[in-house]
Amino acid sequence: MAKVLMKGNEALGEAAIRAGCVHFFGYPITPQTEVPEYLVKRLPEVGGVFVQAESEVASIHMVYGAAGVGIKCLTSSSSPGISLMAEGMSYLAACELPCVIINIMRAGPGLGGILPSQSDYFQATRGHGHGDYQLIVLAPSSVQEAVDLMMLAFELAETYRNPVMVCADGMIGQMMEPVEFPGAGRGAPFKDNDWALTGKKGRTRRIVNSLFLAPEALHQHNIHLKEKYDRVHANEKRWKLDDGGAPYDLLLVAFGTMARICKTAMDDVRKDGVRVALFRPITLNPFPTEACRAAMDAMPAAGRVLTIEMNMGQMVHDVKYAAEGSREVGFYGTAGGIVPSPDQVAEQIRATVGRTCVV
Amino acid sequence: MTRMAERPVDTNASHATDTDVLMAGFGGQGMLLAGKVLAQASMEIGKEVSWLPSYGPEMRGGTANVIVCIASTPIGSPLIESPRGLIVMNLPSLEKFGPKVKPGGVIVINTSLVDRDAHRDDCVVIKVDARDLAQKAGSARAANFVMLGAYVGAMDVVPAEAIEYAIEEEFAGDKAKFIASSVAAFRAGYDAGRQFRRS
Repeated sequence: MAKVLMKGNEALGEAAIRAGCVHFFGYPITPQTEVPEYLVKRLPEVGGVFVQAESEVASIHMVYGAAGVGIKCLTSSSSPGISLMAEGMSYLAACELPCVIINIMRAGPGLGGILPSQSDYFQATRGHGHGDYQLIVLAPSSVQEAVDLMMLAFELAETYRNPVMVCADGMIGQMMEPVEFPGAGRGAPFKDNDWALTGKKGRTRRIVNSLFLAPEALHQHNIHLKEKYDRVHANEKRWKLDDGGAPYDLLLVAFGTMARICKTAMDDVRKDGVRVALFRPITLNPFPTEACRAAMDAMPAAGRVLTIEMNMGQMVHDVKYAAEGSREVGFYGTAGGIVPSPDQVAEQIRATVGRTCVV
Repeated sequence: MTRMAERPVDTNASHATDTDVLMAGFGGQGMLLAGKVLAQASMEIGKEVSWLPSYGPEMRGGTANVIVCIASTPIGSPLIESPRGLIVMNLPSLEKFGPKVKPGGVIVINTSLVDRDAHRDDCVVIKVDARDLAQKAGSARAANFVMLGAYVGAMDVVPAEAIEYAIEEEFAGDKAKFIASSVAAFRAGYDAGRQFRRS
């Protein structure tokens, strides 16, 4: 299929359909409203269902119900709305129900603002609901990658029977870029499974439940979940290292939109002979800790690490964890919906490697 | 959907330059749409493109702008602090973005609404009476395409035919009645801008 020019939010909606998603439940919020706006038109065309819920709390619990009966479904929101969904995510993970949640991040905290941000990194990788559970979190840095990761999200949700979050920011959501979609029309539903509540006639009863009052049973359930998360961490880490095929003395670590801006800044400083590489995590959870460490270890002893985020310093903790004290890990970030310009990033790079611009 | 390949256009080396342009005006003046047409046309001739709109808490009559990047390699930052091109429909946009244009860049000013100079001796400044040319082309509402035409005519970033085709694609279906006036407006702007083309 030929490339089409599409907004990130709309492309996410189309990709969900290509992945076989047939139900969407959501509530409007800037900057992700084009996701439901697109799906309200598209889903009926492919025999799907679109429901605008009365709130985000309702949306996520509609997902809970639909996923419980084996429907491939999706919800989408932006930061404050995701907070409202937190309880439902915990239940979905506890009951091991596959589904996909889109977070097009905006600046926080509180109602914050509507401009792009990466301030939900902690929330996506650590926080949201209560209890010992994890989401798989994917972070696209282009509209095409948003499409690719949306397809992957449904795949991983099914494989691990776990909610998957596609975590982008307002810039990816609002921007148009050429995209190519795999396949044509609506994708396949979940394969035969032994968990969906489809009516017990002719088989034993199934129960979707997160209440375990017996401590030993709940302990075992947590161990079972932990084993699953361990498999996710062993098999699903994804990242990209851009070292331009040359040695480097500075390793940038950035994800999503921020990684693209770093790329332009790197092109700029490389002209001045600055040897810099970029490590971009694609899975925020599982974080590619070992690969990140290997990228650090590839540098000479004096090499430094600089994490750049559109927040006040969140992923940098995972980067420091990867470094285990072996390197100094610096941080640069902006908040409030201010996206650092390539020039600002270039300035940070030059300051970190201790060179001034040669004009 | 019909594609560009069915209507071969000249994709020779003259369109090989990577560039970016910020297009700004009041909400409703069609800068986002004109930017989309530019991005679409550039994509159709095989370029990498990005179209990044401002999406502040704006209302009708507020300001709206879009940055279009066109390149032969994947685009890094779609956010450009100092654009190489600027198209402004109104005075607030010129005042806000005029000083940010890269030296040696091009500024297209809509003189129907802007009676001020760009004060940028280091840039090519193109003044176009967009409303007048659009009216003559059939619709004052197509002033956005006059402005796009002037920019494309001067910069030669994409063949005129590719833009015309993208306009046809954009307005296909129940908006087809806008095609003729939009294409004519683009052509009028293109001819005006062409005089500024660097050899």
